[in-house]
Amino acid sequence: MGNKTPLYNEHINMSARMVDFAGWDMPIHYGSQIEEHHQVRNDAGMFDVSHMTVVDLRGVGATDFLRYLLANDVARLKQPGKALYSCMLNPAGGVIDDLIVYFIKPGWFRMVVNSSTREKDLSWIMQQSGDYDVQVIERTELAMIAVQGPNAAEKLKQVLGEPVASRIDELKTFFAIECGEYFIGRTGYTGEDGFEIILPNNQAADLWCALDKAGVAPVGLGARDTLRLEAGMNLYGSDMDEDTSPLEAGLSWTVAWKPDDRHFVGRESLEKLRETKPSRKLVGLVLQGKGVLRNHQKVIVSGVGEGEITSGSFSPTLGKAIAFASVPRESGVECSVDIRGKMLPAHIVKAPFIRNGRSCLPEEI
Amino acid sequence: MSENIPDDLRYTKSHEWVKIEDDGTLRVGITDHAQGLLGDMVYVEAPEEGREVNAEEACAVVESVKAASDIYSPVAGEVVEGNETLGDAPEVVNTDPYGEGWIMRIRPADPDDVQQLMYADDYIAHVESAN
Repeated sequence: MGNKTPLYNEHINMSARMVDFAGWDMPIHYGSQIEEHHQVRNDAGMFDVSHMTVVDLRGVGATDFLRYLLANDVARLKQPGKALYSCMLNPAGGVIDDLIVYFIKPGWFRMVVNSSTREKDLSWIMQQSGDYDVQVIERTELAMIAVQGPNAAEKLKQVLGEPVASRIDELKTFFAIECGEYFIGRTGYTGEDGFEIILPNNQAADLWCALDKAGVAPVGLGARDTLRLEAGMNLYGSDMDEDTSPLEAGLSWTVAWKPDDRHFVGRESLEKLRETKPSRKLVGLVLQGKGVLRNHQKVIVSGVGEGEITSGSFSPTLGKAIAFASVPRESGVECSVDIRGKMLPAHIVKAPFIRNGRSCLPEEI
Repeated sequence: MSENIPDDLRYTKSHEWVKIEDDGTLRVGITDHAQGLLGDMVYVEAPEEGREVNAEEACAVVESVKAASDIYSPVAGEVVEGNETLGDAPEVVNTDPYGEGWIMRIRPADPDDVQQLMYADDYIAHVESAN
């Protein structure tokens, strides 16, 4: 028996197939993973992401601490409510975790980190915080529900009513607002418009059931994975880990090099790597024929070398197999993938594959 | 149990069903229980006609969004037909596992080998013991 989120009973009532995920009993799907995927691309779906770890950082030293702890720069967060995606690195430049950090108000930030890395993240953050005037507070009393899809805003507004609805209208992407005990961020992991709502555990079931009544269908971790893959979003532990730097994981854009004098954990190692250039890069793959790309399949780039799929699956939106793969930096646009001993041709593309319901692939693919 | 396990079929521990056809060939697919566990099918690789297979040899692959799974020949014999229509409609394995979602037909090397396979009652017990 694993940990249970406050929505465990709702999942059972909705006929979820439950699986273990990082020690949590979580829904993998509620009947059909593909239907749930399309539900989010075409309408609106909701995800229980209460297993994720919410950590508040409070104190006059919070900004300085996070500018040291994270590869992206929280000094970019000038307006309260603004969010930032960042990696947290080790001194060698490897990724300890990826996370979203919200600037709530001066002296108060909120981070959402992965559940699979909770313990090592918390102990690393505590250990690094020693010299700073900052309190690290895990918020286990909070649940989290993601509402995602082109109709997410309409349906969420309908459920929450005024005055919150008007504030949601004004909420920009990658910003959050506090509405009573709800913390509502316009963020997500699907490539669609949507929200992540952090709220007290004891209110989660009420919101979940109200959203269900408003036609927001529950979506399991299975579709969450195919949605994020189509959206070109990395998964910690698959696409990057402590032995991978952000530069090799397609996450260079999340490293704030300026100002030059900001010292953050991993900076020296990353600067060296940037000069010598990493030998590998993370790319998107689209399989040309039939089949399914899977994690750890070997990628062969003719005349260049070999690589490996880090996240592979079937894209319900495109009707084709897609993947992220770590390949030699010199790789061009064609490769083949070893699927059970057969070498099948695939195109190398730039992620994302899908954004706001539409294909981002070149027309010829 | 909500899953459909027809009485008139034989079964394997690896969740294939086997129907003995009038011509002595065996029609093979995966059970309702198996398709439910695997989830939405997105690709089926049926075996080629004429392939010689051993009992319990992996000879076809079904892939759901979640994972790839081998399908095993229930007996030794020769593949006489693979269900090519699944190439364009793999979801039929989910919607009609005992009908249009069949995967292959095999001519057993020894017709008596079929008697080694489980009856529905045994298969129900097998599924329940795994739960």
